[in-house]
Amino acid sequence: MSTPDLVADSVVKRFADHVAVDSLSFSVKRGSFFSILGPSGCGKTTLLRMIAGFIAPDSGDIAIGGKSMRDVAPNRRPVNMVFQQLALFPMMSVGENVAFGLARRGMPKAERLKRSNAMLERVSLGGAADKRVDELSGGQRQRVAIARSLVLEPTLLLLDEPLGALDLKLREHMKIELKQLQAAFGTTFVYITHDQSEALVLSDHVGVMSHGRFEQLGTPQDLYYRPQTPFVAGFVGANNRIVGRATGTDGAILEVTTADGWVVRALKSGSIAAGDAVEVFVRPEVAILARNAATLPPDQPHHSGQVQSVLFDGANSAVLLQEERTRREFRIALPQTGQFSDLKPQEKVAFSFDPARAVCFAARAGAAGTDA
Amino acid sequence: MLNAAADKRWHGRFALALLLAPALLWLGSLIILPHADLAVLSFRERVGPRQYSASLAQYKTFFTEPLYWHVFLRTAVMSVIATFMTLLLAFPIAWIIAKLARGRAGSLLFIICLIPFWVSETVRTLGWMILLRESGVLPALLVKLGLTDVPVELLYRDATIMVGLVYTSLLFMVVPLVSSLESLDNSLIEAAYDLGAGGLSILRSIVIPHAAPGITAGCIVVFMLTLGNYLTPTLLGGKNSQWFTEQIYTQFITRFNWEQGAAFGFLLLGLSTALVMVGLRLSGQRFGDVMRRT
Ligand SMILES: Nc1ncnc2c1ncn2[C@@H]1O[C@H](COP(=O)(O)OP(=O)(O)O)[C@@H](O)[C@H]1O
Ligand SMILES: [Mg+2]
Repeated sequence: MSTPDLVADSVVKRFADHVAVDSLSFSVKRGSFFSILGPSGCGKTTLLRMIAGFIAPDSGDIAIGGKSMRDVAPNRRPVNMVFQQLALFPMMSVGENVAFGLARRGMPKAERLKRSNAMLERVSLGGAADKRVDELSGGQRQRVAIARSLVLEPTLLLLDEPLGALDLKLREHMKIELKQLQAAFGTTFVYITHDQSEALVLSDHVGVMSHGRFEQLGTPQDLYYRPQTPFVAGFVGANNRIVGRATGTDGAILEVTTADGWVVRALKSGSIAAGDAVEVFVRPEVAILARNAATLPPDQPHHSGQVQSVLFDGANSAVLLQEERTRREFRIALPQTGQFSDLKPQEKVAFSFDPARAVCFAARAGAAGTDA
Repeated sequence: MLNAAADKRWHGRFALALLLAPALLWLGSLIILPHADLAVLSFRERVGPRQYSASLAQYKTFFTEPLYWHVFLRTAVMSVIATFMTLLLAFPIAWIIAKLARGRAGSLLFIICLIPFWVSETVRTLGWMILLRESGVLPALLVKLGLTDVPVELLYRDATIMVGLVYTSLLFMVVPLVSSLESLDNSLIEAAYDLGAGGLSILRSIVIPHAAPGITAGCIVVFMLTLGNYLTPTLLGGKNSQWFTEQIYTQFITRFNWEQGAAFGFLLLGLSTALVMVGLRLSGQRFGDVMRRT
């Protein structure tokens, strides 16, 4: 077991009386792709800037490649950062941008040129060395920014929402490219994003961050299938959220009744006593839709609803229902078989879901009573 | 139809001409006309009472008389040095205003640079004379502090002229520098730092190239102001100032030799144009770009 490339130990950063990063501890394995996922303002950039060395933690320690980084300036750390707005140097050519770090290390010009050209070749920008930065497309600039850092062979590459400025199509494309680049170089990536799909697609491990703390740290599958907090369940992937009170238990399965009397069942997570306020999360693809309740699995509780709208989105199509009695919204993913392609608004349907695949948490303070 | 379109175009041009008229009138009557007149003056020679003939005598005098030559060169060199010193002094001030000071502190610094201009240049310079002359405040203070045995005359020295020139020019350097430094994205500096650059190398490879148009604009303005300054060098330097504008003044006013004065004026114009061109060439800037970007 090699030492982790990055170890954060109880790192704290306060701005005035606001705690931006609250006693975070985690480690990132060599060669892995680690993402920090959280809504904007949760402290991601602050954490990344502490790793890069632009700001010092108020307490705690950050070690990179096994060495403590206390009092080590950014230009002396074995990390490089890809900035949110890329921060390519407009006064230099693409080649000079890539060779910038090498020049600062005092590498002779010929060697510098060789390495930066080889690096540009690797990110499929061979021949672009003499272009000006503003002659490149968004995706190409992205690659220059990454090449400029990777050419220095850092222990750790930090990326601050690097895809945020790109349009959707390019973002999807760059996502795949980033993943391939990371695999090809084997450099440890620490990637921050507020986009859960980026985090799920790219990462080996993800830390879900909220208010300066990690809510959960695990593989993308862990986060998706086994969320440990209501925040994670709500933030990672689409989810139906149902708020109510625990009214009965059946082993690990909890019976929950909403204020307006809808009864659902879900797997209990953590300790919940009868009468506690709870939040239930049901993924759209876990629920089963049927025109005739008799075709639903007999061992699952059945519910009925009325189609409110059909959300066609190719493979991600879904239908938005209203539960029959309470008029609560419920979203169900449409199967790929096309069997519901003629579904019309106002149509009455039945649905069910496996309680073992729905999850129930004790409600967060202040979260009760509102539906997401 | 066609006529109407042509009419409209003509109206447009007429409106444009009308809008530009005051500026053109000003340029024509106050700049170009007198200069044309001066040009004619500089190329003639008095051969008898009210009799003139075209000649290059005025320019020849300049090149054959070592005093004029000397003053001319001295003015050029001192102006270049003053410009450079203003730049050195203004750069950190501009950096603080643009990058470090937040909100009120920044405007306060700006006002401090502006305050000298609330007082007229004459009054300000006379104030300096009171401060610096042999019986003035500063020499007395130096004696009191034991730094000098007797009061020293601080006026009429090149260094004093230099300080005065730099002081008068500071604002004209700070303003273009601040505007060009403000447009420098902080993340570029951080990125350079992150890629291993130290302070000096960031200054050289990121900050200065970005601020180059501002630096050039500031230098051009300050250089022209300094070269053409009359009051500060004459008052602070007295007889020793040997500033070229003083020579022009003498020719026009004391000697009543307008022909010679006009020729000197054109030589000064040529000098400032030439030096500005050399400066632009050396810094790889284009005049149009510099003026557009600041
Ligand atoms: N230099 C600063 N001074 C004061 N507050 C700051 C500073 N930088 C960040 N913050 C605050 O810290 C919190 C976290 O910011 P940030 O790390 O940028 O979040 P994220 O990158 O997740 O959007 C925000 O509430 C922000 O307002
Ligand atoms: Mg951020």
